[in-house]
Amino acid sequence: MAIRKESFDNWAARYDRHIRLDEIGEAGQICLNESKVLVIGTGGLGSPVALYLAAAGVGTIGLVDHDRVDLSNLQRQVLHSTQDIGRPKVDSAAEKLQKLNPDLMIQKYKDYLNKENALEIISKYDIVVDGSDNFPTRFLLNDACYMLKKPLVFGAVLEFQGQVTIFTQEEDSACYRCLFPEAPDPALAPTCAQAGVLGVLTGIIGSVQASEAIKSILKIEEKGFGRHLKNRIWNFNALTSTAEVLPIHKDPDCPLCSREKVSLDEFNYDHFCEYSV
Amino acid sequence: MAINVKLPRPFRRMTQGQTEIVLEGQTIRELLDDLEEKHPGIQAKIFSENNELRRFINVYVNNEDIRFLNGLQTAVKETDKISIISAIAGG
Repeated sequence: MAIRKESFDNWAARYDRHIRLDEIGEAGQICLNESKVLVIGTGGLGSPVALYLAAAGVGTIGLVDHDRVDLSNLQRQVLHSTQDIGRPKVDSAAEKLQKLNPDLMIQKYKDYLNKENALEIISKYDIVVDGSDNFPTRFLLNDACYMLKKPLVFGAVLEFQGQVTIFTQEEDSACYRCLFPEAPDPALAPTCAQAGVLGVLTGIIGSVQASEAIKSILKIEEKGFGRHLKNRIWNFNALTSTAEVLPIHKDPDCPLCSREKVSLDEFNYDHFCEYSV
Repeated sequence: MAINVKLPRPFRRMTQGQTEIVLEGQTIRELLDDLEEKHPGIQAKIFSENNELRRFINVYVNNEDIRFLNGLQTAVKETDKISIISAIAGG
């Protein structure tokens, strides 16, 4: 259990609005306090994800980001401020998160996620939230999380559109390769840097990701309190304020999750690199 | 038969800005052929060399993935809700 600097009274006060919920209560809050979540990226999606997980009392948050804060980030990456321009994002993010919740343990990874470090980093956490910004990282994360059986909360944005789902790694759970086995032609999938993104959309999508992560930690579905987005994708359009929930089927021929034994070395992540930012 | 189809937003670069379009056809294949008629070149982007829909695009008829219906031959009618979603990776 995470060491708490605050007294029980302070703990009860800080998490009062959670503890009042029948679906969470003191036991659920302790579950959150003991949980370890890895957040990939501290940008548009990673910012709201990490902020809400820190506020919710997640005990340990790992932050993976190789990047530095740029002025063009600040329209949506709410973890960072103007005075942080030029600083490593994980440093800027960790500082804000620690102020929000002094009991939070933060592990910083000032690095790219790659074939060499992915399994080692991910293995230390209970659940992973994907706030990355390119296809190679998304496929690598998917594969590594499948191999380690770590739930992966997927979220992605572009322009006015966002998508969220969770790959729980249960036997009947689809994976990202079941949903989208290949990356698009660059003409049909420009990056946010090329095409733009509505800043607040990252807040909406990241918040839904944080909600899915919290529900997974609390085992909300297993307890019969609700449903998460396993085998379903939430597709949101901010221009029309409409959303649809579409099914994801587990692919019986999936090159990854139809097999029990797989290795990251079987997949080539470099060939997607032309699509990355 | 004319059916209203919602396209993924990134498609608008190839559809002169349209993200919703009325297409003619009795099957998904015919609708996508009509899309090609109206916006030549789009099929080269979304179909493989084997003339199959590439796997970064999912087509749903009434919220069901056509790969689990009758694929491109899935029959459609005017009242069907047709959604096409494309993989995106921004974060």
